Amino acid sequence: MNRRTLLASAAFALGLAGAAAAQDPVKVGFVYVGPIGDGGWTYEHDKGRLAVEAHFGDAVETVYQESVPEGADAERVMTQMALSGADLIFATSFGFMDPVINVAQKFPDVKFEHATGYKRADNVSTYSARFYEGRAVQGLIAGHMTESNIIGYIASYPIPEVVRGINSAFIHARQVNPDVQFKVIWAYTWFDPAKEADAATALIEQGADVILQHTDSTAPQAAAERAGNVYTFGQASDMIEYAPKPRISSIIDNWAPYYIERVQAVIDGTWESEDTWDGIAPGMVGIGEITDAVPAEVKAEAEALIAAMASGEYHPFTGPLNRQDGTPWLAEGEVADDGTLLGMNFYVEGLTGAVPQ
Amino acid sequence: MIRLEKRPQPSRAWTVATPLLAVALTMVAGGLMFALLGKDPVVAIRTIFWDPLFHEQFASYSRPQLLVKAGPLILIAIGLSLGFRAGIWNIGAEGQYIMGALAGAGVALALYPLDAWFLFPLMVVAGALGGWAWAMIPAILKTRFRTNEILVSLLLVYVAEQVLASMALGLMKNPEGGGFPGSRNLQHYPAAANTELIAGTGMHWGVAAAFIAVIAVYVLLTRHILGFQIRLAGQSPRAARFAGVNPNALVVICLGLSGALAGLAGLFEVAGPGGRINIGFNQGYGFTAIIVAFLGRLHPVGILLAGLLMALTYIGGELAQFMLGIPSAAIQAFQGMLLFFLLGVDVLSNYHIRLGRRRAA
Repeated sequence: MNRRTLLASAAFALGLAGAAAAQDPVKVGFVYVGPIGDGGWTYEHDKGRLAVEAHFGDAVETVYQESVPEGADAERVMTQMALSGADLIFATSFGFMDPVINVAQKFPDVKFEHATGYKRADNVSTYSARFYEGRAVQGLIAGHMTESNIIGYIASYPIPEVVRGINSAFIHARQVNPDVQFKVIWAYTWFDPAKEADAATALIEQGADVILQHTDSTAPQAAAERAGNVYTFGQASDMIEYAPKPRISSIIDNWAPYYIERVQAVIDGTWESEDTWDGIAPGMVGIGEITDAVPAEVKAEAEALIAAMASGEYHPFTGPLNRQDGTPWLAEGEVADDGTLLGMNFYVEGLTGAVPQ
Repeated sequence: MIRLEKRPQPSRAWTVATPLLAVALTMVAGGLMFALLGKDPVVAIRTIFWDPLFHEQFASYSRPQLLVKAGPLILIAIGLSLGFRAGIWNIGAEGQYIMGALAGAGVALALYPLDAWFLFPLMVVAGALGGWAWAMIPAILKTRFRTNEILVSLLLVYVAEQVLASMALGLMKNPEGGGFPGSRNLQHYPAAANTELIAGTGMHWGVAAAFIAVIAVYVLLTRHILGFQIRLAGQSPRAARFAGVNPNALVVICLGLSGALAGLAGLFEVAGPGGRINIGFNQGYGFTAIIVAFLGRLHPVGILLAGLLMALTYIGGELAQFMLGIPSAAIQAFQGMLLFFLLGVDVLSNYHIRLGRRRAA
């Protein structure tokens, strides 16, 4: 068979690019929503990519595309990657969901992995991390550290993953400090340093002295450093350059073990469509060093919480918990099921404001 | 010593030659940048300009994509060029694009799951009206209260973005979407979908509309009294008034037309390649189209070519990123160079370059 004419004429429809390249090194593509230098979300995914390269050496070739807008452009980028012979493509943002499904239909022999989404197919897996476990630790530390009792929260998009994080942080802040209030700003972006800095400044002006963020840049850390006496947490990446203050701890996404495992599955021919949702226990969610700016007893309390979640004896969403309007959600000792958590679009009791509708 | 001497008329030969010269200069300077980044400049330039069109593996896919990407740019830029020629500055095409998409998709979502032949034409009308209505705000404020249309149209972009977010989270949210923001996918709604007219060509109704707009505006500018008035108002507002041109009417017509075309572009995008109303649905087409309009010298044929060239640098730039590992920032800088050189070498069509000293008179 003449590979050249075959590809030229029919690669798009048949998706043979992957199959034809079976002899070559396995080609793994990564599609990023931000730049690899964002210091947060995309930076950590790219560290995962580099770990794949280091682990497999010449057996694997990786390619990536950064700053890909969510929508029609993402579909084109992934199609071009599949045409270039990629065997496995990691799409690392929620908004790539429909494009992933569309492209996967056209290339049945290429495997796709979509981060934080919920649509799967025979050749599409989803994976995410239980970031809310890390949010629980942040909430506990933030509840202790705040003096104004106002905690600012830079939220990105009102999707369940983000709402879950707000709820988890709030529940654990309230447990240690019943007077604490959350102020939430919706930035409607994953990565926009200018917008994030504006949001941080606005929250600080409203009296917040602890800032949590669900956006990817270090701009809020810089804004907090300028303001002084404001504490922050690294998001997605350690952001250790802002330690020991304002950054007093962090949530670190550790994708490398998962990426290596999935690439190995493609090499072995054992890859199957799966839904992975791992937390602190297997190491997909890491907690960055709690700095000396945090009193020793608070640090000890936080570490006990981490240990309890890692061993599985404690779940951050354990009743009694009510919804924002006061209706009961979880009874005493009841633990939230994954289905409810995955579709979470409501605040728990005590939070002010509303999830944007 | 080099000195510049203004030409009485812009040189026709240079007007045609400068875009080609600009592309050549961009290749040289861009190649230098790629070389400094440690990439083979020849391969990089070839990947950007040649591979999307002729690479055996990609071209069959990326050639049609060129039309998909260029379609909205051309459609918007054509509308903007009318106003720009008349000295009416609509900077808010991005907002009109959003409102057109919302109006058109709103019709489809309100009538879901109606399966009727008239649904798509109705959406097209709604899309044009949505963009037109959004452009009427700066038009009426300008004609009534002498506000600055640049500011008003630009600021309305941010208002439109908020309306878009609110629609994606509320009224237009997919009831079967599990609580996630974003509307139903119109690609999966056959009566409303803007599909390819001929499979595998990338040619959808939006691209067809862009070509029709190019021809219509060409005829308008060369054969119609309105085109004459637009050109006259831009070159000499005073003379235009003496010639009986009503400046207020011109503001309303130019902003209305450009708004309607931007709205159409939004509708075709949301019903076609975009698929759904969602936060961040607008990808900056309305702003990039301003660059396309000027790259194309505000001339319909020029805009057609400029739109295709812009699309080529986007798609080729993507290829260069993942094939060669060139950072996306370098690709953006490369696109910036193209505009910079184009405006820079404009000096050649407007001035003679003379060597030597000016002789004392």
